[in-house]
Amino acid sequence: MSDTIITVENLSKSYLLGHKTAQREPYVALRDVITREVGNFTRKAIDLIHGRPIVQGDEIEEFWALRNVSFEVKRGEILGIIGRNGAGKSTLLKILTRITEPTEGRVLLRGRVASLLEVGTGFHRELTGRENIFLNGAILGMTQREIRKKFDEIVAFSGVEQFIDTPVKRFSSGMYVRLAFAVAAHLEPEILIVDEVLAVGDTEFQKKCLGKMDEISRRDGRTVLLVSHNLAAVSELTHRALLLDSGRVALDGATMDAVSMYISKARGAANYVHAIDERTNAIHISRVDVITSDQNGVHRFGEPLEVKVWIKHDRPIPKACLFLQIINQFQQLVVQAWALDPEVQFGNQKGESLLKCQFPSLRLNVGQFYLRVLFREEPHGNLWERLDGICPFEVIRTDKTTPWGWHPEGCVYHEQWHWILGFADEEKKARKPRLDAKRLPQPASSKKTTSTAN
Amino acid sequence: MREPFIIIEPNRRERHYWLELWQYRELFQVLAWRDLSVRYKQTAIGVLWALIRPLLTMLVFTFIFGHIARLPSDGSAPYALMVLAGMLPWTFFSTGLAEASNSLILDTNLISKVYFPRLIVPTATIVTAFVDFLISFSILIALMVWYQFLPNWRMLLLPVFMLAAFLTTMGPALWVTALNVRYRDFRYVIPFIVQFGLYVSPVGFSSSVIPEQWRLIYSLNPMAGVIDGFRWCILGGQSHLNLTNLTVGAGVTILFLWLGIRQFRKTEKSFADLI
Repeated sequence: MSDTIITVENLSKSYLLGHKTAQREPYVALRDVITREVGNFTRKAIDLIHGRPIVQGDEIEEFWALRNVSFEVKRGEILGIIGRNGAGKSTLLKILTRITEPTEGRVLLRGRVASLLEVGTGFHRELTGRENIFLNGAILGMTQREIRKKFDEIVAFSGVEQFIDTPVKRFSSGMYVRLAFAVAAHLEPEILIVDEVLAVGDTEFQKKCLGKMDEISRRDGRTVLLVSHNLAAVSELTHRALLLDSGRVALDGATMDAVSMYISKARGAANYVHAIDERTNAIHISRVDVITSDQNGVHRFGEPLEVKVWIKHDRPIPKACLFLQIINQFQQLVVQAWALDPEVQFGNQKGESLLKCQFPSLRLNVGQFYLRVLFREEPHGNLWERLDGICPFEVIRTDKTTPWGWHPEGCVYHEQWHWILGFADEEKKARKPRLDAKRLPQPASSKKTTSTAN
Repeated sequence: MREPFIIIEPNRRERHYWLELWQYRELFQVLAWRDLSVRYKQTAIGVLWALIRPLLTMLVFTFIFGHIARLPSDGSAPYALMVLAGMLPWTFFSTGLAEASNSLILDTNLISKVYFPRLIVPTATIVTAFVDFLISFSILIALMVWYQFLPNWRMLLLPVFMLAAFLTTMGPALWVTALNVRYRDFRYVIPFIVQFGLYVSPVGFSSSVIPEQWRLIYSLNPMAGVIDGFRWCILGGQSHLNLTNLTVGAGVTILFLWLGIRQFRKTEKSFADLI
């Protein structure tokens, strides 16, 4: 028995994007097809005679979501897969789980594959918790006998015993997710594929998920492919990671290297622009710009920082909520800002919205930072977009020096302070000669600011 | 335990297509059971819906065709009984077709997130139509008791025609289901076909009213053969069965079934990309 459980050889997947045709829509209307068909008939007939593949559309562009991807995974290994949106992560997973077919190349899987592409896939709102366990289990590939055997364990893990005979539509979103994960956690495949599951649930629950995943691979020797935008989680759980960039493997190696390469790659382009914006009309973030005080993503301590977020939506988004998070190079979340409707009105009609977030004086310690943006429907609705590792910038300090220099490890934040020197014996006399030692100047408002974008 | 060995390649023909379908039979059961248990959730009268709809249609048809238009029944069989005997397979066909054609789209999140033989989804919905059929069948029994109409040995052949009804439904259903993923137009075409079919099929009237020279063309509608078969079984000696017409109908059914399965298998791999 070979030790290699997944072999991927030269895997490629292309989508044909037809422009000026209805192909941009996920589905097309018959009327459009008929009109176009008449015009394209001759071309297609010629293509057919020459044995060329037939495609719809007037202007055809081939988009390679994956290009010559090869890698191997050993039994019991946890492999992280990282990369920006549109890098091909989801396509890769969809091929591995046989949801879609590759265009070229091949994959060999030695074992049962189960995927957790979304917690609670196939849950039915009208059915009770008990019924949904059986339904979801069957969908994820468990036999009814297996589910019956593990039923009590699943219920105990989920912690919703009390409500097990209530329709899940009456569940709180937390209960819902817990029950769904409980089912998934009791799958026993040789290969488990996990995609962005950690985007949901509270911190405690996320910890539980991470723990369970670790346990699955360590104790049971199962192979886990973990795809996540959560760089901290990937760093914590995996030793080896695959960095995908524009459908290719940019790096296959130690997770630490992959993560730092991912961040530094992002540094090249300071702003985030949606990779395949032409193709989709659904609600998404089309662009994020960070405007630092200096050029090339360099920001001076204490200066105002601005982040611009462009959102495209094909319908009004009344309950939208945007989270803007600043993450430091140690994968710690250091700043969180949010825009919550109706406090901030955005997206009351379809189109494009621009949100600007201004930090009047960013007092973060020096170091490398990047942004994470979450765009979702509140409370606990759809997660429309999650961008991680975008818009990297560096904070430097030039306003002051210290004998020991500025170090990212020191702390995350510099507060303003001043020292008061008092005389111990004179305190009693209520005499207070003060020595103002105002260490930090107020953020200057008139300093020259240059923007790196627009 | 023997380890399954999976190869993923472009355009790989599934050598074990039907075997795999069998291996996923539990999922089939679960999905059929889900559709059934959800069907009448949060409705006040629940299963009664499966009784009321055919009952009311039967009353209307009997009144209009039997009493106003004064069309003849099959032999001496009560008109209402004849209508119901035709309406049972027709309702099965129309519900099956309508539910199956929408099934994949309603299960979009399953199709785009999990792998399983896609054929399971439309097939499972036809099971719900079959359960509705069984419920409506109780009306037929009640009506037979009411008219004191005694069936004969032919009743035993009813399962054969039930199977025919199933196959006749499956063919167009699979074809339309596969097309519906790519062209949502078919969502609007189906109610039309169902409504249209109700009048071109011998549901409200006996096929004996069709002039002899049109019978052969009429039998191209596979449901005509199925309905005639149902009447032949249920109404005992009162209804006649033309073997030539039945063979033509069976031929059309098989053709549609072949077309449906072919279309479905050809497109099922791209469902996740299209849906």
